[in-house]
Amino acid sequence: MLDLLKLGLRGGRPPRQLPATPALKPTYDVVIIGGGGHGLACAYYLARNFGITNVAVLEKGYLASGNTARNTTIVRSNYLTPDGVRFYDESVRLFGNLSHELDFNIMYGERGHLTLAHTDAAMRTARWRAEVNQHLGVDSSLVYPDDIARLCPELNLRDDVRYPILGALYHPPGSIARHDAVAWGYAQRAAEMGVEIHTHTEVTGIRIEHNRVVGIETNRGSIACGKAMQAVAGMSSELARMAGFRLPIRTIPLQACVSEAVKPFLDPIIVSGSLHIYVSQSARGELVMGGSTDPYPLYSTRSTLEFKEDLMMHMLELFPFIGSLRVLRQWAGMADMTPDFSPVMGLTPVENYYIDAGWGTWGFKATPVSGTCMAETVATGKPHRLCAPFSLERFYDYAQVGEKGAASVGH
Amino acid sequence: MKILHCPLNGPRNISEFVYGGTVSTMPDPAAVDDRRWAEYLFIENNTRGVVREWWYHTATAYWFIAERDTATDTILKTYPASALFGAQQAGAGP
Repeated sequence: MLDLLKLGLRGGRPPRQLPATPALKPTYDVVIIGGGGHGLACAYYLARNFGITNVAVLEKGYLASGNTARNTTIVRSNYLTPDGVRFYDESVRLFGNLSHELDFNIMYGERGHLTLAHTDAAMRTARWRAEVNQHLGVDSSLVYPDDIARLCPELNLRDDVRYPILGALYHPPGSIARHDAVAWGYAQRAAEMGVEIHTHTEVTGIRIEHNRVVGIETNRGSIACGKAMQAVAGMSSELARMAGFRLPIRTIPLQACVSEAVKPFLDPIIVSGSLHIYVSQSARGELVMGGSTDPYPLYSTRSTLEFKEDLMMHMLELFPFIGSLRVLRQWAGMADMTPDFSPVMGLTPVENYYIDAGWGTWGFKATPVSGTCMAETVATGKPHRLCAPFSLERFYDYAQVGEKGAASVGH
Repeated sequence: MKILHCPLNGPRNISEFVYGGTVSTMPDPAAVDDRRWAEYLFIENNTRGVVREWWYHTATAYWFIAERDTATDTILKTYPASALFGAQQAGAGP
């Protein structure tokens, strides 16, 4: 507080808190490829939980410049499969305490989360999810239009629309957070424990001897490593190709946009699987809006008019009064879509090379739990119990985890 | 709006089409082992660059082949499936 006052009086920029990129050392115990939330969280927990600090995080752009910067910041655990619910519930628990743990304000706000149902089929799925959630101790229930009117009076609940609202799955712990702060917090604390963060360092090759990873080639030179882990959503298949294996992943853009800022009017997070929309109001007053993934695979972060037309058509039905709001920013991220809407985590066909991929539209909310799971997996060489169901091997065992609770997925 | 040139219907809005996956060869289901079959079903090349894909025009129920650059979002070429598989396979879909 006093520091803030001094800085205000002195003027100028606050001092840089994260150390500048150092020179690459010839050898690291662990190299983490990808300096987004997941990679940085893994680095932090490797140092904190396992005392492994001879670690380099390699990021080809600036810190957290990929999908960590491009999501719609929603955190929740009201998934459908027991494996998914257990996993994301641990994430919600870790998120709730993260500002204290990192001593870094991630602006975590519990808003409540409403998944709207417009059809009998969606009501059935909502009831199913509520039952699974409650069985596993997650605060989640089916609510009807009179409850929805109380929770979100701004929502248009009239029945003279194309898709009237029949009910919703209500999840009070649903939250939003400042996405960049999550990455910055992990980066700063990891760096304090000795982890090196190398930005603008692109991986160009992976050195493998006798089916074991021994080194990483980068645009700044080559390094040797004991173990390596990739966390590069969007580019997962390209990196895996360098390591010599393929993944059950298609890279598909996921677009989003924000409106200009207005006074706070929307407290809960509103989602509709049938209409393919999700919306929340940020602390700055902007409406953060997202929709379904693009209709075909693409390695690009371009935005399209079609996406906005589809999105706004439904947005206007839910909130007719936002018709005069203007779109302030638009962007896209490259999402790793898996056939069962669950991630790919853990061991790979290459020894000592680990993977954290397949994060589709559900990556940000898993940042802390993926960090703890991957740290344990890398440190011990055995998959953490929470991420064991999400192994790459599940596709060869025909043991997919069909997660119909994923966002942007029609049910 | 993005335009896709359908070999049957000419230039149409891409929203009239459905993506059908990359062209790949199905192993013989009777001869293949479970692992190889899983690979055929689930594992993707996910190439960043030029790929050969199945596309489907919804209104006319017509399958055809497109060559597309997945890095630049450009469609390079479209042609009937018969050009790839011969006349008997045309219109059979992926």
